[in-house]
Amino acid sequence: MAAVPEASGIRPILLKILARLRRFFSRLPLHVILIVIALLWLTPTVGLLVSSFRPSTEVSTTGWWTAFQTPFKFTLDNYSSVISQNGMGRSFLNSLIISIPGTVIPILVASFAGFAFAWMKFPGRNILFIFLVALIVVPIQATLIPVLRLFADTHLVGTFPGIWLAHTAYGLPFAIFLLTSFFGTLPKELLESAYLDGASNMRVFFRLILPLSVPAIASLAIFQFLWVWNDLLVALVYLQVPSKAPMTLTINNLVSSFGTQWQLLTAAAFISMILPLIVFFALQRYFVEGITAGAVKG
Amino acid sequence: MAEVRFENVNKRFGQTIAVSDFSLEIPDKEFVVLVGPSGCGKTTVLRLLSGLEEPDEGKIFIGHRLVNDVPPRDRDIAMVFQSYALYPHMSVHDNMAFGLSLRKTPKPEIERRVKEAARILGIEDLLKRKPRQLSGGQRQRVALGRAIVREPAAFLLDEPLSNLDAKLRVQTRAELSKLHQRLGTTFIYVTHDQVEAMTMATVIAVMNKGVLQQVGKPQDLYEKPGNVFVAGFIGSPAMNFFDVIVKSASDGIYLDAGSFQVPVPEERAGILHEYLDKKIIFGIRPEDIYSPRYITPGIVASPIRATVDVTELMGNEFYLHMVSGDKQFLARVDARTAARPGQEIELVLNMAKMHVFDSETQITLLS
Ligand SMILES: Nc1ncnc2c1ncn2[C@@H]1O[C@H](COP(=O)(O)OP(=O)(O)O)[C@@H](O)[C@H]1O
Ligand SMILES: [Mg+2]
Repeated sequence: MAAVPEASGIRPILLKILARLRRFFSRLPLHVILIVIALLWLTPTVGLLVSSFRPSTEVSTTGWWTAFQTPFKFTLDNYSSVISQNGMGRSFLNSLIISIPGTVIPILVASFAGFAFAWMKFPGRNILFIFLVALIVVPIQATLIPVLRLFADTHLVGTFPGIWLAHTAYGLPFAIFLLTSFFGTLPKELLESAYLDGASNMRVFFRLILPLSVPAIASLAIFQFLWVWNDLLVALVYLQVPSKAPMTLTINNLVSSFGTQWQLLTAAAFISMILPLIVFFALQRYFVEGITAGAVKG
Repeated sequence: MAEVRFENVNKRFGQTIAVSDFSLEIPDKEFVVLVGPSGCGKTTVLRLLSGLEEPDEGKIFIGHRLVNDVPPRDRDIAMVFQSYALYPHMSVHDNMAFGLSLRKTPKPEIERRVKEAARILGIEDLLKRKPRQLSGGQRQRVALGRAIVREPAAFLLDEPLSNLDAKLRVQTRAELSKLHQRLGTTFIYVTHDQVEAMTMATVIAVMNKGVLQQVGKPQDLYEKPGNVFVAGFIGSPAMNFFDVIVKSASDGIYLDAGSFQVPVPEERAGILHEYLDKKIIFGIRPEDIYSPRYITPGIVASPIRATVDVTELMGNEFYLHMVSGDKQFLARVDARTAARPGQEIELVLNMAKMHVFDSETQITLLS
């Protein structure tokens, strides 16, 4: 009699293990491909990281993979010199000062605009929307001179507000397009329910639209942040003051002035990569949800 | 607590006339069911009343107050949407409390009302869950709860049972009736299902193609349908209709359907005298057709002959799909009736329950 419950206890476990094995093997090819892709992407990055910790003599004579042989020769010199002597520390701060408002402002404006375009009735709505979205295709290069002249007249050249404004303007068309589309997929009855519950437009926006759109907004934030953080052109043209230069500009200067000092460049490059990595990993959960949004019904 | 009144309301969407010259007075505390086929404008009527749509013409009153220009949130009504429209990122508790907190209701009062509603609906254990963790039936209760806590002047419910399975639907029907009695508030309930209308309503309003057809107590609509549409829509299985010609004989008036003739009882003949030799529509419900061997006492029996096409045994009764001439009809007879497909049998129509309609206007000829 005692054997019966025992047997019935083992069988499900066996079945479960079997099912897991089956799943593992059926997904094996997928995993192999993913691992290969990850390695391909990762190798240069690791090389960069390793190189940035090697002394200049080593960097210029041997490859980064030789660093793992004894005797280990690692140093923080590259970082200290690039931060202190070459203004990378200041630039890092500048990059933050540019990127954070350069991300927050357009997303804030675009989410208000997206709400209006998706859910409010006003004359000329469709025309205005098409016009705004069409701006996506205008190349930045075509705007540089007119905007620069406008900035010169309004004394915005070389100021942080100026570059915030520029990044906001360049980011808005796509941001409005994306958020309008996403907000538009929210069920109409949800908003109506809130209006009947006594909510104003503001309440609906902050209590319903924003919380329900976190994936879309997070994806957009990552895109916009990376774009602003990695931007060189806009900074080069509108921010002609060296003390306000972001990292991209400073690295660019490093390349021209220290053309052969690779070790400094690697350290600088790595510093500039850190924040995007942090941002991405912090928001990646939403990011994945954002790009697969609508694929799976909730 | 409020009565609701529509006065000549029109609503168009582009070319579509969704609601046409709609006038309806709903007394306080009634359970009104607005019923009609899909696309007939029922939802639009609810949305007009809630303020989510504006009428093109006409007036809407809630408790003597003209609300045409009153925004939805100030109309003191709660609506349960067909999709429930629960806030997906809020717990059940917060879903119910949302409306109250927006209206600056004191915290203790919010808690009291949410608890009370949860108790009435039997969802006290679910208060911490998110909507996606609930079954369809539970979501439906939360949607009701969200309306109840508001203590509105009127409840608007748009096909709230359509997403539930058949068994749960029957059960919820009874619970909604109980809830209505308990709350003593005006319920305006929309459905395409005439069974829901018949079982729950204190007043039914039948709509078709944006036009209100008839308003009345369920039994009145069943017994005295005002036109062909209502006659065919209310009651299941639906009423049989025949094109007939009114004829006169020595012993009174009879209806000639070509393949059969039936005499009209003297007390129902009245108006038909004016239709002699004219075409009218004759209607008889399947349950008013009998097998000659199993006749209920007291009916005005008149026999006809017809051919059995298909039979469906429903346990306690027998559905006979009959053919007479080129006309098909359904009879709902005693389960013991002997009938095989292809066989010609005699059936009996209870002419005391006959209906006649003008063939042009489709309006009833009975008073
Ligand atoms: N927002 C809208 N835009 C255009 N047509 C609509 C809209 N809402 C409803 N309609 C049309 O109005 C008619 C009535 O719709 P509705 O009130 O939803 O019907 P029901 O609820 O009875 O099924 C339908 O023909 C429908 O297509
Ligand atoms: Mg509807």
